[in-house]
Amino acid sequence: MELSDHLFRREAGRMVATLTRILGVHNLALAEDVVQDAFCRALEVWKFRGVPENPSAWLMATAKNRAIDVLRRERTARTFAPELGRLLESEWTIVPIVEEQFGATAIKDDQLRMMFSCCNPRLPEEAQVALVLHILCGFSVDEIASAFVSSHAAVEKRISRAKKVLAESKKLFDISGPDDFSRRLIAVQRALYLLFNEGYHGASPESAVRAELCREAMRLTALLFDNPLGATPATYALAALMCFHAARLPARVDALGNLSSLFDQDRSRWDAQLVAEGQKLLDLSATGPEITEYHIEAAIACVHAMAQRAEDTDWGRIVSLYDTLMRIRPSPVVALNRAIAVAQHEGPRRGLEEIRAIADLDRLAAYPFYHAALGEFEFRSGRNEIAREHFRKALALARSPMERRFLDQRVGACQ
Amino acid sequence: MSEFVFLYRGGEPGRSPEQWQQSMQKWSAWMKQLTDKGHIQHPGHPLERSGKLVKGKQKAVTDGPFAEAKDVVGGYTLVEARDLDQAVEISKGCPIFDVDGAVEVRPVMKLST
Repeated sequence: MELSDHLFRREAGRMVATLTRILGVHNLALAEDVVQDAFCRALEVWKFRGVPENPSAWLMATAKNRAIDVLRRERTARTFAPELGRLLESEWTIVPIVEEQFGATAIKDDQLRMMFSCCNPRLPEEAQVALVLHILCGFSVDEIASAFVSSHAAVEKRISRAKKVLAESKKLFDISGPDDFSRRLIAVQRALYLLFNEGYHGASPESAVRAELCREAMRLTALLFDNPLGATPATYALAALMCFHAARLPARVDALGNLSSLFDQDRSRWDAQLVAEGQKLLDLSATGPEITEYHIEAAIACVHAMAQRAEDTDWGRIVSLYDTLMRIRPSPVVALNRAIAVAQHEGPRRGLEEIRAIADLDRLAAYPFYHAALGEFEFRSGRNEIAREHFRKALALARSPMERRFLDQRVGACQ
Repeated sequence: MSEFVFLYRGGEPGRSPEQWQQSMQKWSAWMKQLTDKGHIQHPGHPLERSGKLVKGKQKAVTDGPFAEAKDVVGGYTLVEARDLDQAVEISKGCPIFDVDGAVEVRPVMKLST
């Protein structure tokens, strides 16, 4: 039996979520120890006996047995999940209650509950994302640090603070109350959106790492819309947005490992199945009175996905979608993307005008693609000297080797 | 052909699920390679890291650990090889070396009768 990719990581997330449900959120560290134990055991046994038929079930069963051991051993010394009350204190009920918590539906809910608990408003957004990655996706501190191009110490500090806040919350988030659920849902969607973006645009030089972040964001979003309360139009729109972008991942990097812009991508490498999935989800999102930024971003991504060739893109439609996005969630980056769409639609001169009209333009000063956009418009206007200066500025701000190579080529093109 | 016992000593388990998975995949590949070449007489067993030590005339019973953690035997495999040199060569493929562990290669004594 071969192990499927990242099986241990995924199972780690499921196991911690379920164990925390049983042991209580204040015993998160104990839950993590139980998981570590179960993996060590798996490793020891499987080395000699081979990987079993159903490794996930094996790991879950081991975690379950360890949990029962811990409950028996520590029931006088510790308190466990208050939600499960005294059932965990009596020898008669420990086993059946733990069995019940390890049922398939319960495990799915546990992941959702943990996701909502991680997106605690007391935590800054980046800490929520790091916590989701660490607890639910099984990423180690080092792996998160390398994905975010951050130092081990910084990520460790962020995660241990976040875990403290989580443990102090005493109880896991209650996903059965519709009002609390909808309020917290907004934060959860935002964290998943940021997680996906980190994968899609992130600075990690390894495209494999980044694709994994995107896949994890998609997996967790699917958990969200599998739940009746989580399956809101905004969740479907978010999922659609992820599908459209993920469909382009295989074409984002060319055969030489260089970043390929949307205009130059080999569109035959886009994943047609994900595009179709995205359309289905976008249809599902089109109900109710509310239009979120996810709806608009998904609609923009859909327009791109529909164009067989870059020159077939309906730029007029994209500009009007950006107009809407500027009303819902204005930001300098959205304004910049709008300006780029205007330039495509009405020419580089108009693009330059739109950029100059951006409010808070100084907030884009450190963003390499602001300078790259200026460079592009000047280049297309035939002012190669000025274009080169802009591309040089962009190059100096590049965040990854891939961006650097891409911008270096643009500098070279201005000769 | 002669018989050997590989005793696996020490070896830090990884720190993340991804590392555990990689370690598992390496072990599977190594065991499969040895099996395919007919070197495995018995894949052996893992041993618990805990237990009791019974010692001396007094038969004093103490808890483990019996040795430094890095020296604890975590399992064994019965291997067939031409000679000690070949057995040692075979052992060098063991993934335990990636995690600071050791393999003790011991010939099983041949009895003439």
